[in-house]
Amino acid sequence: MGAGHGAGATSPRILVFSTANISDPGIDLAGSQHRHYASSISTITVPCSSSIQPRWIVYALEHGFDGVFLAIDGDECAYLPDCNARSSRIAAQAQERLRPLGIALERVRMAALCSVCSEAFVKHMDEFAAQLAALPVEVAA
Amino acid sequence: MEHQELTTPSPDGEHRRIGVYICHCGGNISDFVDVAAVRDAVATDPNVVHAETTLFACSDATQHDMVERIQRDGLDGLVVASCSPKLHVPTFRAVSRRAGLNQFQYTQVNIREQCSWVHSDDRPGATAKATGLVRAGIGHASLSVPLEPVGVDTVPSALVVGGGVAGLRAAVGLADLGLSVTLVERTDHLGGAVGGLGAMFPSNQSGRELIAQLVDEVAARPTISVLLETELVAKSGTFGNYEVRLEGPAGTDPVTATVGVLVIATGFASYEPALGEYGYGIEGVLTLPEFTAMLDASPGPLHYRGRPVGSIAYVYCVGSRQPGGNEYCSKYCCTATAHVAVQVAARDDRVTQYHLYRDVRTYGVYELLYEEARKRGSVYLKYADDAPPDVERRGDQLVVTARDTLTGPAELEIPVDLVVLVTGMVAAPNHDLTSLLKLPLGSDGFYNEIHPKLRPVETVVDGVLIAGASQGPKTVSESVASALAAVAQSGAMLLNGRAELNPLVAVAGAACAWCGECAAVCPYDAISRVEVDGVAVAHIDPSACKGCGGCAPYCPNEAIDLLGVTTAQVEHMIDGMVGPVREEVLVS
Ligand SMILES: Cc1cc2nc3c(=O)[nH]c(=O)nc-3n(C[C@H](O)[C@H](O)[C@H](O)COP(=O)(O)OP(=O)(O)OC[C@H]3O[C@@H](n4cnc5c(N)ncnc54)[C@H](O)[C@@H]3O)c2cc1C
Ligand code: SF4
Ligand code: SF4
Ligand code: SF4
Repeated sequence: MGAGHGAGATSPRILVFSTANISDPGIDLAGSQHRHYASSISTITVPCSSSIQPRWIVYALEHGFDGVFLAIDGDECAYLPDCNARSSRIAAQAQERLRPLGIALERVRMAALCSVCSEAFVKHMDEFAAQLAALPVEVAA
Repeated sequence: MEHQELTTPSPDGEHRRIGVYICHCGGNISDFVDVAAVRDAVATDPNVVHAETTLFACSDATQHDMVERIQRDGLDGLVVASCSPKLHVPTFRAVSRRAGLNQFQYTQVNIREQCSWVHSDDRPGATAKATGLVRAGIGHASLSVPLEPVGVDTVPSALVVGGGVAGLRAAVGLADLGLSVTLVERTDHLGGAVGGLGAMFPSNQSGRELIAQLVDEVAARPTISVLLETELVAKSGTFGNYEVRLEGPAGTDPVTATVGVLVIATGFASYEPALGEYGYGIEGVLTLPEFTAMLDASPGPLHYRGRPVGSIAYVYCVGSRQPGGNEYCSKYCCTATAHVAVQVAARDDRVTQYHLYRDVRTYGVYELLYEEARKRGSVYLKYADDAPPDVERRGDQLVVTARDTLTGPAELEIPVDLVVLVTGMVAAPNHDLTSLLKLPLGSDGFYNEIHPKLRPVETVVDGVLIAGASQGPKTVSESVASALAAVAQSGAMLLNGRAELNPLVAVAGAACAWCGECAAVCPYDAISRVEVDGVAVAHIDPSACKGCGGCAPYCPNEAIDLLGVTTAQVEHMIDGMVGPVREEVLVS
């Protein structure tokens, strides 16, 4: 599983859901600072981490991603004061759906990421990739 | 009530007609990504009728080509793969509009900040990833629908919160645009920090006079009403029509008003050193605001507690540029201190002045003040970031110990009569206001704009603008410039009497069987129950919906889609990123 292309082939494929106003600038900042992370990591932008639907996470894991990372707004969310709790609920619901599919719950990870958290982002990616690489490959249920 | 159709049939009834532009960005992208290979990989997509690489997608020439191409080939979708959406979404939306393509049928793909720049060591990987991202963009665009911004009626009035120089100048500007203005100030006087200052840089005009002038201007405009000792305590309604509740001193009745926009100009607070921080608390150790107030209170040669002052040490960057604390530079303080030193020297040129600094940031034209301070005898000593000076009192004498990194390792002991801690700016304490307005704060505690370059005074809350030092350290001229930007932006939003809202809102689809879950979790009261042909369903008011998408994951029927990131679009994007050929999938 998780085969990518080119040099990314050896690294786990990670899909990051990130928010337009808060974590995207942090991830973009990693770019402006030329901080490297694996090319097998890609991002989809949402307005708020509370809008991520559990089924998207499941879909990504069923269709070739090895891990899904939710970059959440935490206390910085401009829309929803309880964004943290909502995002945690989404991650938990996605995991509920993964259980019967035999997909490891550790494939979903969540952390708050701010608009200048470029270093933190790269660190999260490195750690998550290492954790995913160590997981046993699931066999189809 | 009808449900929004999320796909547009293409002219051939089957496929879309999408144009794809892949940018070199000079070499910023093409040095690390094989852009021609990306183009070749996506050109065969049945929804793509044109794919090309371009040296600079944002150049006038390319924009012109895009318009021509959209019109000639009858494109119904545009994908631009270049830099972060933060930079050029407005550019390419405008290109689409000029070409007669609905601006929401254009999709931006970020292959610079999120690809070439972070994988510059991995050309094959970067190229594969860019290909996936562009495919995802095409998938997204292939499900795009034409959308029109939601129009709302707006009222021609504004609320300004904060009566410092920024708030006062904003009030005058707003009134001159023909808007009626309510200004609330929480203290019992106008002027903020500037109102307490004497001679200021760069022109030596006194802060008090400047404020008196502005207050006269405010008084001369009958459409401005000023409420002192008053705070904003509640806000409801939507952009263009906010109901605000203003609470004054005890015993007065709260005031309500309807306003189209809010300009938040709540300013800053000066950093308060902790007791013992650089000797703060010791007699003779003052902060910069304390020192300027003292200077201002008595003309002529300087005295402290009845004794003449013969020497002063200024310790810079107190409370600013501290790792793990306030990491930013407060910007005004190097210049304010040089200005103060010039004034002190002008009063009595025998006073010795030592400036213990980390970097001198008297930027731009303020460099001249630094020159002048040195000409008048100020001595500048550079201390190392990790070796700040020590301040102590030995008997009757204040002593500052420091190493000047420019002249050698020797430790200098400087006896002085006064120590001035050059304190920076911190965010004004405003917890209640911040949570009431749901304003985003940066990690520095100041209010955050949507975009520092392109949308510097707007926040993610429609119609709530920020001005002055509430946004971060600013000088007076910078505070006023941002206040005027907020004025101009308010005018653009309100003078038409109608405003356009982002149409990327939530829609409840046919699967809704009204359970009320979504309405219960929407903090903006955008969702209500309506009956369509006798059946109860959810209706989401597009002018109240903020487009956060927070309701969608709560729907037990998965009936809610957020326009711009529908479930179908997300799945297409995932497919695009993963690639067309996947032999092994996790679960079959
Ligand atoms: C010692 C010192 C010297 C300086 N010297 C210079 C100089 O020489 N030249 C120069 O260009 N700049 C100078 N500055 C910087 C200058 O003071 C600022 O640029 C300016 O004050 C910013 O104006 P403002 O209106 O944004 O904020 P402020 O001056 O802080 O005003 C904000 C106002 O909002 C009010 N407020 C806050 N919260 C609320 C609320 N919730 N509801 C209602 N009202 C509220 C406050 O009471 C205050 O009146 C100096 C600053 C200091 C500290
Ligand atoms: S302006 Fe000067 S004193 Fe103030 S924080 Fe910046 S470098 Fe330090
Ligand atoms: S998207 Fe957000 S604002 Fe809009 S209806 Fe849903 S929860 Fe309310
Ligand atoms: S949660 Fe879903 S089913 Fe329930 S009312 Fe809202 S849209 Fe309809």
